Amino acid sequence: MFRIIKREEMAGGTVVLNEIEAPRIAVKARPGQFVILKANEDGERIPLTMAETDPAKGTITVIYMVVGKSTELFSRLQVGDSYQDVIGPLGQPTHIEGGKNVVCVGGGTGVAVLHPIARGMKEAGCRVTSIIGARNKDLLILEDKMRLASHDLHICTDDGSHGRKGFVTEVLRELLEKGGVDQVVAIGPVPMMKFVSLLTKEFGVPTMVSLNPIMIDGTGMCGGCRVTVGGETKFGCVDGPEFDGHKVDFDELILRLQAYTEQEKLSYHVCKCKGEL
Amino acid sequence: MTGTNKTPRQSMPEQNPQVRARNFEEVPLGYTPEMAVAEAGRCLQCKNPTCVQGCPVNVDIPGFIKHIAAGRFDQAIGKIWERNSLPAVCGRVCPQEIQCEGNCLLGRKGEPVAIGNLERFAADWERAHHVCELPSREKATGKKVAVVGSGPSSLTVAGDLVLKGHEVSLLEAFHKPGGVLVYGIPEFRLPKDIVASEVSCLGAQGVSIECDVVVGRTVTVEELFEQGFDAVYLGVGAGLPKFMNIPGENLVSVLSANEYLTRANLMKAYLFPEVDTPIPQGRHVVVLGGGNVAMDSARTAMRLGAEKVSIVYRRSRAEMPARGAEIHHAEEEGLNFELLVNPVRYLGNEKGRLTGMECVRMELGEPDASGRRRPVTVPGSEFILECDLAIVAIGSGANPLLTRSTPDLPLNKWGYITANAETGKTGKKAVWAGGDIVTGAATVILAMGAGRKAADSIHEYLTWGW
Repeated sequence: MFRIIKREEMAGGTVVLNEIEAPRIAVKARPGQFVILKANEDGERIPLTMAETDPAKGTITVIYMVVGKSTELFSRLQVGDSYQDVIGPLGQPTHIEGGKNVVCVGGGTGVAVLHPIARGMKEAGCRVTSIIGARNKDLLILEDKMRLASHDLHICTDDGSHGRKGFVTEVLRELLEKGGVDQVVAIGPVPMMKFVSLLTKEFGVPTMVSLNPIMIDGTGMCGGCRVTVGGETKFGCVDGPEFDGHKVDFDELILRLQAYTEQEKLSYHVCKCKGEL
Repeated sequence: MTGTNKTPRQSMPEQNPQVRARNFEEVPLGYTPEMAVAEAGRCLQCKNPTCVQGCPVNVDIPGFIKHIAAGRFDQAIGKIWERNSLPAVCGRVCPQEIQCEGNCLLGRKGEPVAIGNLERFAADWERAHHVCELPSREKATGKKVAVVGSGPSSLTVAGDLVLKGHEVSLLEAFHKPGGVLVYGIPEFRLPKDIVASEVSCLGAQGVSIECDVVVGRTVTVEELFEQGFDAVYLGVGAGLPKFMNIPGENLVSVLSANEYLTRANLMKAYLFPEVDTPIPQGRHVVVLGGGNVAMDSARTAMRLGAEKVSIVYRRSRAEMPARGAEIHHAEEEGLNFELLVNPVRYLGNEKGRLTGMECVRMELGEPDASGRRRPVTVPGSEFILECDLAIVAIGSGANPLLTRSTPDLPLNKWGYITANAETGKTGKKAVWAGGDIVTGAATVILAMGAGRKAADSIHEYLTWGW
């Protein structure tokens, strides 16, 4: 059992932070790696990239948006409650190289995953410019932390309620046009990562994305998370989750993420009817 | 001659095929005590029993059968436990026809003794009555052994070593122990509460079982030694799914058998939405391959409500690697066989969903290196097989997750661990390996046999040194 020692709500309760006791994982985890969590006996296994680890305390932190039955179950767990299973650290750590001029682009809860990477890059001596975005002011998360992890921070909201009105790609285009960008890191909804990658391709700037395919085991034994990268099939859980954005088949990933849409709705509906949620 | 040959082999009652094809309950129903005594009475009690040689872990078969024949059911299981800690599993899933029963003298002129059924009876009887004593443990040695993975070979190693007085920790990556017994073999062949019961039996003997530990990620082999383990056994199986690498393979309705069976068995997705893990359902399901995993996948799809399930296999019926009994069960349940057929590409719609498969017909050519006649394409025989779910069960390879994190562990060219066939010793000091990660995908009982040999060798090392 993996006990929750801290719980925080963000973005009006639609996003939840859990700090979880997982000493073995806390010691080994590196930025970019993920864990698989299962709330209870009948629960499914859900992958989440770690937002923070504290080896001294023996804890890891995940931040997730409540989007369906399982994340709703997660969000019902209070401080002192436990996840039945937390498995990790899984996947490859982020490759961090110092001395570069990096632009970190984050959307939605992707900002939670982006944050340790931006911080790691800054610590490694990169010049970090970050662009974070959300639909509106209330949905933006980790603004203060991203400010600390970056030399420059740009904020965009779709409705203009905070920062600049518009998409992260607009700010990114301006930065790319100015030149001098060595690398872009983009983490967020798949369409956002797709459009960032299309844009940086025009400018020939290497771009790393962190993918979120459907997973079961997270250890390379089922291939449920397979993605096409540069024409080759890769397993997101062991070869990724980070890949070269210019080589990823995003359209295929979008279709594969919709594989269980009907069942996901049914699952949510059934448990609501039974009064479980 | 005794009267034994006059008694026919007791056939095991089974669920009716039409009924069972739509439920997940066990197909064979087990012997009644009367049937078990009758069947046990057929055994000739050979002085020099060849059946024992056919068993990879050398269970004293005449010994336990004698107890059943005399109605001493409580003593039968004790006899089996001396050599085999998973009798309820082995009685169900071993290919007895090529092992113990294949060696039975009675089989030369008639039908062999139903050793598997009797082993299963003894184990089930014990599980229902709990009157047997667990084998006793030897004095604590103070030595610690980490057993990585919790499939059949690891369970055997753990069971053997704990009895010899060592402190054993079983480390499992999944959230439940049992390996292929829980994620691979379906409920209708091996009920999961039976696996849980045999594993908990090991726990009762003192084996510490820790799940959610991915050796290679959560902890490395080197770190296990740093943490005070004296020996490490690697029984991580061959869990890397193979795909055909043909166009369209990443359509959403194309799954590896590993994924499909893990969803169905480990995650119990056949109960969805009672449980949270979904499983894709197809009207016409195609399963690629001809082994036991293909049969398990196909029979699972049938039970999940498919209108039609087809096994697509590139050779003929005679070359199918699946057990005869499994093929027979599959046929009884109404599965369709597309033999000498090979897929060339998958066809999908704009939503990324599978709509069919372009296939070609094959014919058998000259025998290849393996001695099997090689299938060759019949030119111009392309045709479309309509289907909306495809399960790829064409085999599995070595998962590199652990071995990549253990750079000084010698591997062969396919990525399997090189280990001595007699001892299980690897090229890295104090590390043993056995089961599918050494041999490639094989059977439960062969993995257990490898575990037995490795356990003996580990015990020797802990007592005398490398």
